[in-house]
Amino acid sequence: MVRFDDVGLRYGSGPAPEVLRDVSFTLPQGSFHWLLGPSGAGKSSLLGLMHLALRPSRGEVEVLGQPLSRLRRGALPGLRRRIGVVYQDFRLLPHLTVFDNVALPMRIAGRAEAQLRADVAEMLRWTGLDGKAGALPATLSGGEQQRVALARAVVTRPALLVADEPTGNLDGAQARRVLALLREMHRLGTTVVVATHAEGLVAEHPAPALRMSEGQLVAHG
Amino acid sequence: MARPPRVRRSRGRDPLGLRRALSDRLLPALVAAMALLAAMALAGAQGAAELTSRWEAGAAAAVTVQLPPGVASGGRLERALAALEALPEVAEAQLMSEAQMQALLRPWLGEAPAVALPLVIELRLAELPASPEALAGRIAAAVPGGVVESHGVWVARLVALARSLQAVALAALVLVAGIAAAVVAVAVRAGIAARRAAIALLHDMGATDADIAGRFAGRAGLLVGTGALLGTLLAAPVLAGFADLAAPLLGQVPAGSLAGLPWESVPWGALALLPLLGAALGWLTAQATVRRWLRRLP
Repeated sequence: MVRFDDVGLRYGSGPAPEVLRDVSFTLPQGSFHWLLGPSGAGKSSLLGLMHLALRPSRGEVEVLGQPLSRLRRGALPGLRRRIGVVYQDFRLLPHLTVFDNVALPMRIAGRAEAQLRADVAEMLRWTGLDGKAGALPATLSGGEQQRVALARAVVTRPALLVADEPTGNLDGAQARRVLALLREMHRLGTTVVVATHAEGLVAEHPAPALRMSEGQLVAHG
Repeated sequence: MARPPRVRRSRGRDPLGLRRALSDRLLPALVAAMALLAAMALAGAQGAAELTSRWEAGAAAAVTVQLPPGVASGGRLERALAALEALPEVAEAQLMSEAQMQALLRPWLGEAPAVALPLVIELRLAELPASPEALAGRIAAAVPGGVVESHGVWVARLVALARSLQAVALAALVLVAGIAAAVVAVAVRAGIAARRAAIALLHDMGATDADIAGRFAGRAGLLVGTGALLGTLLAAPVLAGFADLAAPLLGQVPAGSLAGLPWESVPWGALALLPLLGAALGWLTAQATVRRWLRRLP
């Protein structure tokens, strides 16, 4: 479950304006939500709060049943390992192979090498990248890089998956393939939040939506 | 079930790419130069300590007074001792025994000297005088006809100088360690700047501060330890050469050739510690630098 209660977010200190204002909503465990709104509406900031890359300036954020205001800093890494993130710009590590990029969250979680090999190989098959395990990201197409990013985000079977414009750089066929993978994760029980402004894709896959405008949640449902 | 494919994972254990971000050339080279300086400072401190202990023995009797003939009779010796002990600079005045005198003069006079040995009073001073000449004048006035020898005062001054050199050498050692820590901190900060995005990614994936700092610290410790080992190996022949040059000061004969250098004079024990201490310094500095930087992340 994800719960925002009267959340405000301001970058830096001082009298800077809030980029998110009075945001309140609840996402049930195992739900699929679109996060919609024009560029600059605050979608990425909202996702940043969800995957604990940001902390709210005010209000309460509860992620996977954990209210952040009551969590010690030392407890955050454990919670972050239960969240998968697909970034708009992929954020693959260029000096690592596809295999090592996908294996990274498992290594961070302390999984043994012998165990993770099978899981990573399975994830590469699931995303159609099984022939690319030894390739470096720079040699892949945009669609392939996005699928590597998706495989990395879900390889630990996270309880919450957030994706920021995961289809923004892809053509129609590639976008539909990535979305099918996200849907599959939802089917397996993961709470999924996908930020996009591809209204056509949303129309093809109807689901509840959070709609942002100028830092405020203007519609939920 | 199909066997998972074998893939190239040579860099999988270095997700931050620290093998490139923390260069294995510049940092070890800088540390090697500092380890060389540290080794020389260490050897300097040890050499100064050795000279101090040798010279201290010579400075034990700071002043001696040779008494004129005939003093032993008529209570004049007791009066001379009392007059000397009454001087504020004198802590103790003691007549040297005949056995001590014989031992002292044996190299020149042999086992059974044919001449009458002089009476000599040893003075131990409460503190080193500002002017040994003025003290000698006051002693001569207290014991008319006595011959005052104050070479021990100068030896004591040399001891003080050697102790100062020892302190300066140790201060130089601390300074070198401080500069080494600063160099490591700068290198680690550069590494952080180069791998900022990767660090943020690992942090977002749930890597702990200890994990990220540990990766930097392991790399920094390895590089600094390697550099320190290199510098220490370079220092060994230099120190052996210095020990050979200083041999006459210690009453030894210089070898003058590489083969005959006094390798046993090189402080191997202290030198062996330098790479270990260097690695520990690099590890700790990197840990502190990275953890401090990570505190700015949520």
